[in-house]
Amino acid sequence: MYRRTMVALLIGSAVGGAVRLRAAEQPVEIKISAKKFEYHPDKVTVKVGQPVILVLTSEDRIHDFKMPDFGIRTDIVPGQETRVSLTPDKVGTFSFHCDVFCGDGHEDMEGTLVVEA
Amino acid sequence: MQDVDRRDFLKLAGVAGVTFTAGLFAGRPVSAQAADFHFVQFSDTHWGYSGAANPDAEHTLEKAVATVNGLAQQPDFIVFTGDLTHTTDDAKERRARMKRFREIVSALRVKDVRFMPGEHDASLDKGEAFKEFFGATHYTFDHKGVHFIALDNVSDPAAKLGDEQLAWLAADLKQRKPDDQIIVLTHRPLFDLKPDWDWTTADGAKAIELLMPYSNVVVLYGHIHQENHHMTGHIAHHAAKSLIFPLPAPGSQPKRTPLPYDAAMPGLGTRDVTVAQKVSLVELPVTKS
Repeated sequence: MYRRTMVALLIGSAVGGAVRLRAAEQPVEIKISAKKFEYHPDKVTVKVGQPVILVLTSEDRIHDFKMPDFGIRTDIVPGQETRVSLTPDKVGTFSFHCDVFCGDGHEDMEGTLVVEA
Repeated sequence: MQDVDRRDFLKLAGVAGVTFTAGLFAGRPVSAQAADFHFVQFSDTHWGYSGAANPDAEHTLEKAVATVNGLAQQPDFIVFTGDLTHTTDDAKERRARMKRFREIVSALRVKDVRFMPGEHDASLDKGEAFKEFFGATHYTFDHKGVHFIALDNVSDPAAKLGDEQLAWLAADLKQRKPDDQIIVLTHRPLFDLKPDWDWTTADGAKAIELLMPYSNVVVLYGHIHQENHHMTGHIAHHAAKSLIFPLPAPGSQPKRTPLPYDAAMPGLGTRDVTVAQKVSLVELPVTKS
């Protein structure tokens, strides 16, 4: 009985670990479009440790996606997808903004990434 | 006139605001024969802005010109550290704003005036209109033994100086002695003041690295619409107030939205810069109605 229980527990643990591992490896795609002078969506919520791929597009001109807290900076060029991989390792609210001056309203072009536990 | 005497004089004249009294050069002996002189820094005039952050926007620049014209001791020269005009997508309107701005500042009694672009002037057309009206976007000049370097960190919309300008800077600095007095003028901060508010220069650290071997360097800049004083090693960086609306202190509120309008305009002004063995700053509020 004792031996059977231990085997069951070990199998359960292994299966559970595998499930957790698969979940951790599977990135979540989040689409964000940019245009003067906003991101849509401008608030994105993810789980800490969850791999994420940000799929960035622009509807009008070159913009930028800069998130200093995670060392991310990339141009967003109209007509193409820009994909950025990120696995947030800290909980909190982090801002992102356009880093390529795009006109009167550029200073307001920003959003937030919320990383939950 | 000694710098302290000038500060006292400005206070007695009812012109001066807060005085920044610290020695801003590193204070080491200098070999250059730097004479005592002063100049005035205007920044972020944003001519053409219209909005609640400054209902008096059509007149603030004219008042500042009158304030500076009222100084009993006129400055040797005047510098504008960028954002002369408020941005517009309309290239024709951009030029109209630059034309009107130039007309207003032509009333300055001092005729030796140096202009630099901000991102509002230059980032949408890579400085094309600015050059038509005001000339080069980066340059050097010398005044009474002090070497001035105007850097352009705005014509590239990604806020870069760029390798070409950095090479130009390196070549210029090679001609300087290690203890020469050097004043760098920029629009954006060269250091990372608050990157998530876009208060930085993408490759500003490379410029600072080039400047580090020189013991007497001061950087004067604008962009952040408020006074700010910061050291990177022995190099002092001083941000100037704007003439359109003040912005919040770095990180003091969630967003970098303008501070509420105050008819007394306490957050706006120009700055008198005295250069001797050290550099001293006297803030000049807008006082002329």
